[in-house]
Amino acid sequence: MAYLDHAATTPMLPEAAEALTAQLSVTGNASSLHASGRRARRTVEEARETLAEALGARPSEVVFTSGGTEADNLAVKGLYWARRDADPARPRTRVLASPVEHHAVLDAVHWLGEHEGANVEYLPVDSHGRVHPEALREAIARNPDDVALATVMWANNEIGTVMPVRELADVAREFDVPLHADAVQAFGQVPVDFAASGLAAMTVSGHKIGGPYGIGALLLGRDQTPVPVLHGGGQERHVRSGTLDVPAVTSFAVAGRLAAEQREWFASEIGALRDALVEAVRTAVPDAILGGDPAPGGRLPANAHFTFPGCEGDSLLLLLDAQGIECSTGSACTAGVAQPSHVLLATGTDPDLARGTLRFSLGHTSTEADVEAVAKAIGPAVERARAAGLT
Amino acid sequence: MTDTAQPTRPLRVLAAMSGGVDSAVAAARAAEAGHDVTGVHLALSANPQSFRTGARGCCTIEDSRDARRAADVIGIPFYVWDLADRFREDVVEDFVAEYEAGRTPNPCLRCNEKIKFAALLDKALALGFDAVCTGHYAQVVQREDGTRELHRASDMAKDQSYVLGVLDDRQLAHAMFPLGDTVTTKDEIRAEAERRGLAVAKKPDSHDICFIADGDTQGFLANRLGKAEGDIVDESGAKLGTHEGAYGFTIGQRKGLRIGTPAADGKPRYVLDISPVNNTVTVGPASALDVSALTAIKPRWCGAAPTGPGTYTAQLRAHGGETEVTAEVVDGSLEVSFTEPVRGVAPGQAIVLYDGTRVVGSATIASTVRATPTAV
Repeated sequence: MAYLDHAATTPMLPEAAEALTAQLSVTGNASSLHASGRRARRTVEEARETLAEALGARPSEVVFTSGGTEADNLAVKGLYWARRDADPARPRTRVLASPVEHHAVLDAVHWLGEHEGANVEYLPVDSHGRVHPEALREAIARNPDDVALATVMWANNEIGTVMPVRELADVAREFDVPLHADAVQAFGQVPVDFAASGLAAMTVSGHKIGGPYGIGALLLGRDQTPVPVLHGGGQERHVRSGTLDVPAVTSFAVAGRLAAEQREWFASEIGALRDALVEAVRTAVPDAILGGDPAPGGRLPANAHFTFPGCEGDSLLLLLDAQGIECSTGSACTAGVAQPSHVLLATGTDPDLARGTLRFSLGHTSTEADVEAVAKAIGPAVERARAAGLT
Repeated sequence: MTDTAQPTRPLRVLAAMSGGVDSAVAAARAAEAGHDVTGVHLALSANPQSFRTGARGCCTIEDSRDARRAADVIGIPFYVWDLADRFREDVVEDFVAEYEAGRTPNPCLRCNEKIKFAALLDKALALGFDAVCTGHYAQVVQREDGTRELHRASDMAKDQSYVLGVLDDRQLAHAMFPLGDTVTTKDEIRAEAERRGLAVAKKPDSHDICFIADGDTQGFLANRLGKAEGDIVDESGAKLGTHEGAYGFTIGQRKGLRIGTPAADGKPRYVLDISPVNNTVTVGPASALDVSALTAIKPRWCGAAPTGPGTYTAQLRAHGGETEVTAEVVDGSLEVSFTEPVRGVAPGQAIVLYDGTRVVGSATIASTVRATPTAV
């Protein structure tokens, strides 16, 4: 079997699994004052410090959440509410978002527009799906006083394009606008340093870096006070209530530390495998179109995204799955029905063409054999999918 | 001898899974028989987002999830294919146009002809599958010369060969109906689903027309075609009342005519004719519904077209009984005469001809001949 869907989820690192299972049988609520509680709190705080170090942040800037989706929602909705209501005389209601965001951001932003009076503006992207700093500047400068927040992902989950986060954050800071970035895909693949980035908030997730499911974090600058989405016991800076999942937090930190430590190895080794995969696909299917930025520095090292003209992505998926090759069309599903990817549409891709996409995403367990399997299968699969056509 | 009873070789089978119990058990049986089965749920609704309560159909997220869950339990890959555009064009629009023309269509039959055993089958074959499997109750029998016949299900009470009568040789060659040779009650199919761990075992049966969620066909048509008030007349042309759209009626219909004055003989009146051209509905006594012959168009044959007149049994509507006929192809149309007059034959419905349990062919009823001629 060739598992090439690491961007969906990647196998847990043995060290992370070990940390998780070791903590599962330990009792203690990190909010309790007794010895068990203190022990749990110490475990959590050590994990917080570890993760902060891995991400170039201060421990107090790490807010644990149930995952990337919750962190994105907390950042987008929480910062919007806080900024909108900060000065009742001059509510800030403009939300600037890239149109290629993950649905956890995109749908949250859309919801704010539908229900919370937000005036949502989608920033223009180039044909690689990249937001340019000048575009952000132009959008903010039109009326800097009414911008609640801007949100631009660090790297795109479908086509792998890396955004100029530092430059974007510089522009946002110039106007005192908080910028949030979803760094779920970037962490472990490109250098991610929260302090150096200048971001106000940043989302990371456990299971995308070899940690457990159901855990993530919002890195939150100390001057940011989003309105909570979850109200309760006031854990996590009173921004995110809920008893902390000590085993998951511990395991996440182990995975985070390893992701940071092994990032250069990952970029060079897995990046080389990815290059081989791209080459193999292009050899087998000369008219396959590589999605995202073709420049190695402009894309995630583990991402290979293709459009196969005349094919239905679903057909390719089925044909490859039948041969033990697991990948994704890259686009989200509605009731299981594949829709043309909003990311590709935003980059100006023809809607019919956008139906024929496949995303191969590599990870720490990927091998040359995986690439060979794709090299062997992709040509006949594309030929067959073309015969089946577009329904 | 059916495919599932004695597979000559394992086939690559695409199982259409609606999310209901029949198609789930069919897919499970095909997999158990040793075939390489992949499940597919057809998204047929233009708006697959809507959760429906009460009504069951083929188009909801819930149905899609039920189908996925069943596929997971069976242990087969599962995909959702979006055939909503094709379904809208070939089934829904056809349905509306037929009613608008004063006929009574059968959308399930059209779906089998144009979607399940055309759009779906073509895509399946192109992708390397050998057959499409559904939860229909009918039997495919392979003759010694390799050609295939469609037969009624072993259990006549469950038989659905009528809605499959439109399938031609090529379509039949790739059709698999694992439930067709089962003489069983629905309860037993449910028990089998339960035994197989399929959660759809207790799911209510689908009914009516899947794209009309609330079952209100008249409301659906009124919404699509708008109100068009016209006259309800008797056979002499005398006006008895008004209607809000001739498309809302079916030949043989008795209820919902809302005629104030009773018939002279005091007997109930039935819809005898629908004329979309002048938007008139003609009503009359039950005896005027008797039909002695009909002409049906677009015949399709399961095998070679018969030459010369032949005697068959015929079925004129889903869940309808059998009646003896003589039929012959004349100038491309099927001319049928009934041994005994039959009542209430609606143009637009299919006539399916049988030789014993074997489906010979089918055609769409275009016009009928009164058994007791009266001027209309």
